[in-house]
Amino acid sequence: MDVAGGSGSLLKGMVDHGEVPHVLAVDDSLIDRKLVEKLLKNSSCKVTTAENGLRALEYLGLGDDQNRSNGNGSKINLIITDYCMPGMTGYELLKKIKESSIMSEVPVVVMSSENIPTRINKCLEEGAQMFMLKPLKQSDVKKLRCQMMKCGR
Amino acid sequence: MLGLGAERLRADMNRLLALLFHQGVLDEQFLQLQQLQDATSPNFVSEVVNIYFNESEKLLRNLRGLLLDREFSDYKKMGIHLNQFMGSSSSIGAKRVRNVCVAFRAASEQNNRPGCLRGLELLEHEYCYLKNKLHELFHLEQQRLLAAGVRYPMQN
Repeated sequence: MDVAGGSGSLLKGMVDHGEVPHVLAVDDSLIDRKLVEKLLKNSSCKVTTAENGLRALEYLGLGDDQNRSNGNGSKINLIITDYCMPGMTGYELLKKIKESSIMSEVPVVVMSSENIPTRINKCLEEGAQMFMLKPLKQSDVKKLRCQMMKCGR
Repeated sequence: MLGLGAERLRADMNRLLALLFHQGVLDEQFLQLQQLQDATSPNFVSEVVNIYFNESEKLLRNLRGLLLDREFSDYKKMGIHLNQFMGSSSSIGAKRVRNVCVAFRAASEQNNRPGCLRGLELLEHEYCYLKNKLHELFHLEQQRLLAAGVRYPMQN
């Protein structure tokens, strides 16, 4: 399973030892939502799932008709999103998150079942922390989880 | 006596799984799925697979419908359905179904109607085989648990 990453770790996910990271997982496939949720829960994460980009943005408080105080964005330590989704793609969601004032520091991981270098580079350039190939394995998620912990402070 | 029955059923299950792996029907991702089943999600595999069956049958109906129209076949829509089918098949480890989707998708990208018809036929065949075998597997598992004297909620 290939994992392409940006520089450094996910320290900006700012999870202290003993704290349970809260992950927002976005995927239009119900099967994949169930899988990623189980994988994350097995790695002691709290998980919220969303079935598309719009719902994800609404949850985070970045929806069009929202003001910042409506959202759950401040609770989220990591966003993991599928690339290929109808309507708003994972790339477009990534952009909106990175352009926002409140969520731009939260790491975003993009997943795809297709290994397309231009797609991967596009996402990394837009600020994705990591690109992961589906289907995800438990070992991938464990690695992700480790990177989310603060270390060496 | 109960214990012996359970052991034999477990051996039957392993034999069936080995066959399915050998035939390339399932791949390693299916094992990942099994590993996710635990005390907190005791029915995880059958839950996910049942979702897969429901979604797949819907997709197959849609694909059939799209190909029935002789005047104009919406190849783009076929491609979208096939992408979804490929993704879900890959997620549960249904390797042969996924591979047939790939070939079918290639035909749809070329607006190749006979190729698509052939693709659909193959896809339905592979999906049927997979569904039958997985049902067999789940049935053996239910029998095994009964034989082992475990209380287990019956799946449909």
